[in-house]
Amino acid sequence: MPYRHVIGQRSWVFGSLRELMAKATPLRSGDVLAGVAAGSAQERVAAQMCLADLPLRAFLDEAVVPYESDAVTRLIVDGHDARAFAPIAHHTVGSFRDWLLSDAAGADALAAVAPGITPEMAAAVSKIMRNQDLILAARKCRVVTRFNNTIGLPGTMAVRLQPNHPTDDPAGIMAAIVDGLVNGCGDAVIGINPASDSIQALGDLLRLLDDVIRRFEIPTQGCVLTHVTTTIEAIARGAPVDLVFQSIAGTEAANHSFGVTLDLLDEACAAARSLGRGTLGQNVMYFETGQGSALSADAHHGVDQQTLEARAYAVARRFEPLLVNTVVGFIGPEYLYDGKQIIRAGLEDHFCGKLMGLPMGCDVCYTNHAEADQDDMDTLLTLLGTAGVTYVMGIPGADDVMLSYQSTSFQDQLYLRDLLGLKRAPEFEAWLQRMELAGADGRPTAPALSHPLLMADQSFAS
Amino acid sequence: MKRPTPPTDGADPWARLRALTPARIGLPRTGASLSTDAVLRFAMAHAEARDAVHTPADMEALREPLARVGFPTIPVSSAVGSRGTYLRRPDLGRRLSPESRARIEAEARGLVDIALVVADGLSSTAVQAGAVPLLEAFAPWIAREGWSVAPVSLAVQARVALGDEIGALFRARAVVVLVGERPGLSASDSLGLYLTYDPRVGRTDAQRNCISNVRPGGLSHGESAFKLHWLLRRALDLRLSGVALKDESDLAALEPRPEAARLGPGDA
Repeated sequence: MPYRHVIGQRSWVFGSLRELMAKATPLRSGDVLAGVAAGSAQERVAAQMCLADLPLRAFLDEAVVPYESDAVTRLIVDGHDARAFAPIAHHTVGSFRDWLLSDAAGADALAAVAPGITPEMAAAVSKIMRNQDLILAARKCRVVTRFNNTIGLPGTMAVRLQPNHPTDDPAGIMAAIVDGLVNGCGDAVIGINPASDSIQALGDLLRLLDDVIRRFEIPTQGCVLTHVTTTIEAIARGAPVDLVFQSIAGTEAANHSFGVTLDLLDEACAAARSLGRGTLGQNVMYFETGQGSALSADAHHGVDQQTLEARAYAVARRFEPLLVNTVVGFIGPEYLYDGKQIIRAGLEDHFCGKLMGLPMGCDVCYTNHAEADQDDMDTLLTLLGTAGVTYVMGIPGADDVMLSYQSTSFQDQLYLRDLLGLKRAPEFEAWLQRMELAGADGRPTAPALSHPLLMADQSFAS
Repeated sequence: MKRPTPPTDGADPWARLRALTPARIGLPRTGASLSTDAVLRFAMAHAEARDAVHTPADMEALREPLARVGFPTIPVSSAVGSRGTYLRRPDLGRRLSPESRARIEAEARGLVDIALVVADGLSSTAVQAGAVPLLEAFAPWIAREGWSVAPVSLAVQARVALGDEIGALFRARAVVVLVGERPGLSASDSLGLYLTYDPRVGRTDAQRNCISNVRPGGLSHGESAFKLHWLLRRALDLRLSGVALKDESDLAALEPRPEAARLGPGDA
């Protein structure tokens, strides 16, 4: 159905909810590439004004991707929690923003309504929020998850230690793990992106992670980020799997291009839980997302990339994940052109994820053909730190030598902790202190050259 | 906790750990922050990558050296006018400008076996340094097979798929695109070689074979030319390319090679 907005003499018409949402989205290259962006700056603001007047209930009546042809839409509609939605059911998108920023919306109230917020509602309100609104509202959301430690407590931020190596060399990976641990990284997960996708290589890397976590009694979890079917196979073969990783997107067709369905994710989640490896909790899933993935797979249905990103969070939410992160600048400049667009998208994704009740982290990153540099990453990292981001990436020197992109370093997270006083997952922080790798204030202490951790690679010497 | 025995030679474990990975580990800190040296070395690596992306390729400079090794050339451009548009609109970088299309149509002379395209892609550094030596190493293989070759298209603001339109206009059985790969921090001079059988607009990446990381310190020009010849001959025999054509050139590495394509000492 068409949506109209009159400003003075001028009447703006938007043919559908899909069109209205797309045109209300702050400018980004991916929406221009898809041909769905507003045609002018004025049309964009008119769409935002029109969207602000829309009742939240409208999102329950009109789907942006047809119910009949899309499993993600069916998940959103059929799984909607009307009781949780009730306290905000009277709001328009505009008054919802006002409520989110008001003192009435505290951590408990936000947690109570989270299951009633559809991805389209979250995306819509984010489109009329400025960066400071996205930061302030996200900071009020509390999402706590557990496996071998506790992630998301107030005043904490976790870090994924990402020790990738171009050829999966075990000693090389261990060297990066050691450096990450002595810099206080790894409480979110020690997560390897493997160069090889063979089941044998996967098993070797899983055993490497299991061994180092057991040997040094580290209160954290390991993950090898491979396709969900490969992880299911590894579980069947008895490999030590803590977390199941999968990239997901906001439409059935995009997920199909990733080779996943909701049923497959159900199967993987059940398989990982059946191992009972989590000592504190059963949040066993780790999802990655990123704006532009549906367009990249030619599976966007004319919907803007930010709305589709929020729909991926509906997929994630179903599986009570330990960790979700948006790999915000990885996809390239045809989707997010420069530092400004990457920063905005990172804040939107974090806000929408948190609002929907997810443990939202961010891979603050860029590629060398984007108009971005480490200064932009400093800015986004600092903003996300103030917004209460659940976790960020720790990569040696911010330079991933396997995936060839730049993210945040072990030292970047130390900067943020110093700046904002952020602690780690408490079990992990206590371990660092026990291991004499951190002082009472949580700041790292240079380990003695005879520290056992510095010999961890020796187990691979032949 | 089991404690491994410390090394008896008293060596600094960080020197040993650093040698295990190309990753930037063991960086010195000041307070929480990276040391000046580490920050500036990272900045230089990024600057090299940025310059590779944004420095315009000087295709004119390639014409004379390519002519010398037997390749006539023809300058072409995609439908993109600027680097900014190139980065935002990959669709336009896959199509020829109207002038370039007319130029190729005027130049095309009936069926050929191969069309060759040198495309700036995302690294002019790679194209400037690598296109001539790669084609020089490939020329003896062309001669041995007796393949007919269209003039080499020197394409600016070009994506890999631009080769589909070029190959179709030259009525080539296969097209080979030498393209500057997206630079990383450790290497900004990598060429990628993409082979597509029966090139036509609308071919997908699944219908191509790729040889990547062609650069000094990566896959050598001699070895790349050998692999390319192996794949190309197989593609022309089987009349296909892409996922159905597996690169088994390693098994063929002991085949006799044409005199000029014998691996030199730098090619090991």
